[in-house]
Amino acid sequence: MTEDKKQASRLLRGIHRTLTGLHPALESVLAAIVGLLFGALIMWVWGYDPIVAYKTMLLGAFTDKWGLADSGAIAAPLVLTALTFSICLRAGMFNIGAEGQVIMGGLAAISVGFFVLPSGLHHVVALVFAMVAGGIWAIGPAILKLTRGVNEVISTIMFNWIAHFLSIFLIGAVLLNPFSADQTIAIPPSAIFSKLIRGTDLTYAIFIVIGFALIVYFVLWHTAVGYEVRASGLNPSAARYGGIKNKRTMFLAFVLGGISAGLAAAVILMGSSATHAMYRLHGQLRNIGFDGMAVAMVGRNHPIGILFSAMFFGGLNAGGRLMQLSSSPVPVQMVRLVMGIIVFTMSVPELARVFPAVKRHSVGLVKEMKRLTSSKGRR
Amino acid sequence: MAIFLMLVGFTLQGMVPITLTAVGEIIGQTAGLFNIGLEGILLVSAFAGALGAAAAGPLAGLAIGMGVGAFIGLAFAFVSTYWKGTQMVAGIGINMLAVGFVEFGMIRFSSNAGAFTIPAEQHLFRFNTPFGLLSPIILVALILPFVVRWFIKRTRAGLMLKAAGEAPEAADVSGINVNAIRMLAATVGGALAGLGGAYMSVAWFGFVTKGMSAGRGFIALATVVFSGLNPILALLGGLLFGFFRSLGLVVDTVPGFPLPAEFLHMLPYVVTLLVVSGAIGRVRFPKALGVPYKRE
Repeated sequence: MTEDKKQASRLLRGIHRTLTGLHPALESVLAAIVGLLFGALIMWVWGYDPIVAYKTMLLGAFTDKWGLADSGAIAAPLVLTALTFSICLRAGMFNIGAEGQVIMGGLAAISVGFFVLPSGLHHVVALVFAMVAGGIWAIGPAILKLTRGVNEVISTIMFNWIAHFLSIFLIGAVLLNPFSADQTIAIPPSAIFSKLIRGTDLTYAIFIVIGFALIVYFVLWHTAVGYEVRASGLNPSAARYGGIKNKRTMFLAFVLGGISAGLAAAVILMGSSATHAMYRLHGQLRNIGFDGMAVAMVGRNHPIGILFSAMFFGGLNAGGRLMQLSSSPVPVQMVRLVMGIIVFTMSVPELARVFPAVKRHSVGLVKEMKRLTSSKGRR
Repeated sequence: MAIFLMLVGFTLQGMVPITLTAVGEIIGQTAGLFNIGLEGILLVSAFAGALGAAAAGPLAGLAIGMGVGAFIGLAFAFVSTYWKGTQMVAGIGINMLAVGFVEFGMIRFSSNAGAFTIPAEQHLFRFNTPFGLLSPIILVALILPFVVRWFIKRTRAGLMLKAAGEAPEAADVSGINVNAIRMLAATVGGALAGLGGAYMSVAWFGFVTKGMSAGRGFIALATVVFSGLNPILALLGGLLFGFFRSLGLVVDTVPGFPLPAEFLHMLPYVVTLLVVSGAIGRVRFPKALGVPYKRE
């Protein structure tokens, strides 16, 4: 009897939290809906048919094997750059430098084209190169932050631009493909992941991505280091009082984030990329870092949440390509606009409270539930 | 000598968007709002300004750019005051939205997906000076920091602005509407960034590309950090970064210069890092910067 009551009240609390917007997953869903609705509005204003466009997009991305595979292929690197942002945010910092770390990781991965190794070992070497390069590029802003107190938002952006110009130089002078201007040498076949599903972009690299996300989850939530990282992010002074070296955890978070971003570049270049080469203006690596931030926020900065939200954004992008070909040919760039609105919306805490209707109904529902459970208890 | 004059001219031209944006952000930060969406405001208003200029002339273009900037500033301020939003996240959202909007709009409004060019007869007039053709907006950027400095330091309204950022509770108790002041400050800040953006397309380059803001919003943010919210130092910062950008451009044209061009293009960003890391420690920011004000 009392057990029943306890369970009922726990359920009630859960429902209450969900409906009043305290539940994180619901907020993400709500933000996504707001973003898609705004997107529809803009499409409509600019003379497209949003219903046809969204239908093509969502059905194409999520309803068949090929659509899901292509969505997953786009989602894979986004998971990693989202982790870059999230790990640092968990440690209390805004690392928006994934873009530059991705570029450096990509350059390092490409460089394995210069030597011959047996397949398998070649994969490992390329992945390690990319991770090390991404990690090293994250050390700069970390050191500036820890020794000089430079705001990481500024320093990481500056490092992004430095990486941008450095890569243009390296692509033009060192990694250039002698047979094709504006393009680097390609990663050799012995270091390329084979396709998981024929005819799609999905490769075996997806397992590396999921594995890495699970490792990050394990490290952050089930090890002492991860606890320290999260503690110093939640309340730095309390953490320091508790004997945690904040500077060390911040440094670790930055480097781990950089490693993740570097890996993202390798996953693209060794996997879904068509040419397995980099371009002067990084066509296929472009915006991976920034899109990752949207994924991270919608995934509530939790590795498992990120897996789902990356799939959502991957689907938007994969479906967006189909949308361009539908009878209402909205350019795929629309997707980034929608992502921006979603992130902007995500900045509002307890989002559901903003919508009076949701709030009113949820309060009514909770009252109703209370009445029902209490009468049940009496019986 | 010709190169020296050219360098001065380039520096003055390049200083404008950074200075205007930084001064706008100083107004916002003095009131307690930390908007990192400047990059996005610059980009959107450059695009909107170009569309406006192509349709209705350069002055309309500048006005539209300012209006769009003000609108984004207002939206940001609304979310981060009345809805208690996380300002960093909202700013990141603005930047992302801006890239998507401009990429999308470029396809919609221009036959060329990479750039939108304003017809030459719709460019803003320029003064013919020994330093080359200079836009009148340069004068605005040179004078405005002093006006804003005077406003914040010497007027009652400026004091209210400071109170909203420094001690919102005390300001509230003394009858100042903290949220309204913050909204106003961020809107004005957004309008100034919008002017900077529209200047880039309407009065400087004459075209827009989707990568046009090129980190200027973040350099402006760095300038704000290093100035310690002093608009006059922000002007110096703008001149400094404008100078290093033009140095790269000018030296690039010298034949046989040993360093590859890419390293010269890095200069403004490297200098930003150096200046900011040298400046931290001596500057102090409003106590309530970035914290939404909640009445108890």
